[in-house]
Amino acid sequence: MTRGDSLRAPAGVEPCAGQAGDCNRCGRIFADRFPVLGRHVNGRPLVYLDSAATTQKPGSVIAAEARYYREHNANVHRGMHTLGVEATDLYEGCRSRVGRFLGVPAERVVVTRGATSALNLVAGGLGPSLRPGDEILVTAMEHHANLVPWIEVARREGLVLRHLPLTAGGELDLDALPRLLTARTRVVALTHVSNVLGTINPVAEVAAAAHRRGAVVVVDAAQSVGHLPFTFDELGADYLVFSAHKAYGPMGLGFLVGGPDALERLQPVEFGGEMIETVTLDGATWAAIPYRFEAGTPNVGAAAAFPAALDTIDEATLQRLRQHEISLTAYALERLGRLGGLTIYGPLDAARRGGLVSFHDPMVHPHDMAQLLDSLGIAVRAGHHCAQPLHRSLGVVATSRASFGMYNAHDDIDALIDGIGYARSVFGA
Amino acid sequence: MNAGMDELYREVILDHHRSPRGREPLPGPVDARAEGKNPSCGDELVLELACAAGAITGAHVECRGCAIATASSSILAELVAGRTPQQARALAEAFRTAMHSPDGVLADDLDPGDLEVLTGVRKFPARVKCALLPWITLLSALDAGGDGAPAAPATTEA
Repeated sequence: MTRGDSLRAPAGVEPCAGQAGDCNRCGRIFADRFPVLGRHVNGRPLVYLDSAATTQKPGSVIAAEARYYREHNANVHRGMHTLGVEATDLYEGCRSRVGRFLGVPAERVVVTRGATSALNLVAGGLGPSLRPGDEILVTAMEHHANLVPWIEVARREGLVLRHLPLTAGGELDLDALPRLLTARTRVVALTHVSNVLGTINPVAEVAAAAHRRGAVVVVDAAQSVGHLPFTFDELGADYLVFSAHKAYGPMGLGFLVGGPDALERLQPVEFGGEMIETVTLDGATWAAIPYRFEAGTPNVGAAAAFPAALDTIDEATLQRLRQHEISLTAYALERLGRLGGLTIYGPLDAARRGGLVSFHDPMVHPHDMAQLLDSLGIAVRAGHHCAQPLHRSLGVVATSRASFGMYNAHDDIDALIDGIGYARSVFGA
Repeated sequence: MNAGMDELYREVILDHHRSPRGREPLPGPVDARAEGKNPSCGDELVLELACAAGAITGAHVECRGCAIATASSSILAELVAGRTPQQARALAEAFRTAMHSPDGVLADDLDPGDLEVLTGVRKFPARVKCALLPWITLLSALDAGGDGAPAAPATTEA
């Protein structure tokens, strides 16, 4: 395909300075550092458009995790020997690096298995301090990870779960917020970026309103850390969670970041080794924060590797990565829109969205779409994306989703558009 | 088509998907009913059966699913009519076994019709649940039939 006028970045979107610098559209950023992108799938070069599910990992991350197991492997916080001291340094180094990345001191960073376990820690940890009839406000666009733990804690503690509705344009209906924030609201839980609609939520605005009512704010930043430039304080939340693996890091690692004194309000939800201070046969006292929330042996190998991902992000700069994702998203919205017959979800303005686009083609079920695209080497997500209530409100059981990372380029979206045409042709459309 | 897609989307399957059978509501009373879900993708299916004189006389399917699930439900509607509940159960169980076996053979005496083509889907592990959804829903409807108790919703995760 030649690069004609129609393929230029849409008006109003500044083309970012890609690494290649050889095109008037976005160049891929550091794509040659991601080994998996060199492979072929079903005989075609891989076109990876599923970064919202998990980003690919740069070689430096893969090497760091391997190096940990080759050179240092030992359990942490039992540093009686050299390897143990090294492993502890790497593990604590990750905590500090994450703190630095988000602008908080290391002691306010809890290491978890992922965003889901961090949300379970917040929900389960706040639960005992809540009283029957207290209210929790979640939004209608939450991932199951930021919904089901609240459903469960509400059931257990006799709480009332309320839902902040969405506008027709797929944004939070802030007009409904004052009436839903009541004197009984104790917790407001919302996602920073919707994993289906792409919507970037005005977390700071919601948090300010919630704080005026005395509620604490929990933000699911799984889709935003490593993609959007922000600090913890800018969001104004009391608790922030994210997974390393959606921010170019390894799987099995996530974080809970707390505001000043926020972690003090949580009861531990997992008990055992590492989280205690003193144990007798019938009693125990908890270790200091954040260690009391880290029972058992953590994923030290992943923690040793994650700083390399944050280094890669910082080398590219979040500002440039954000500009890149806006450019890709704007182009995807434009090309998908021009195909005709597709329903595209979420805000129309790429600057109000994260780097993903969900769509529905009435002619091709998302499951078939994903399968046929895969036959062309194109990886997209199909299904309910762990957001069944949202899909119910959209009137579909499933959608297809293309999502972007630093290594994508406009060419990948061209491949997607061609692939959708192919899928339609299979079904005679 | 490419990369084995012609093996998955066989012409018979595409035909059932384009003009699925069993979409008309049953003319008379519903004797058995079940709902099925595939939690991994959200697909949903409702199956209703009418029976007379010890045999299934008709099936009505509402399927919100992919081409494979839709075609499978269409084949089901075509195949169960005229069978006794026992025969329909035997066919569903044979199909479930075939989808998890390497050769995927359905015995001729089951009179499997287009279902034989559908066994090709077993080469695409991610789609086996799609093909099975209507048939496990049928088993659930048959479990419920007769004693008037409603069927527990069938799920591909069971």
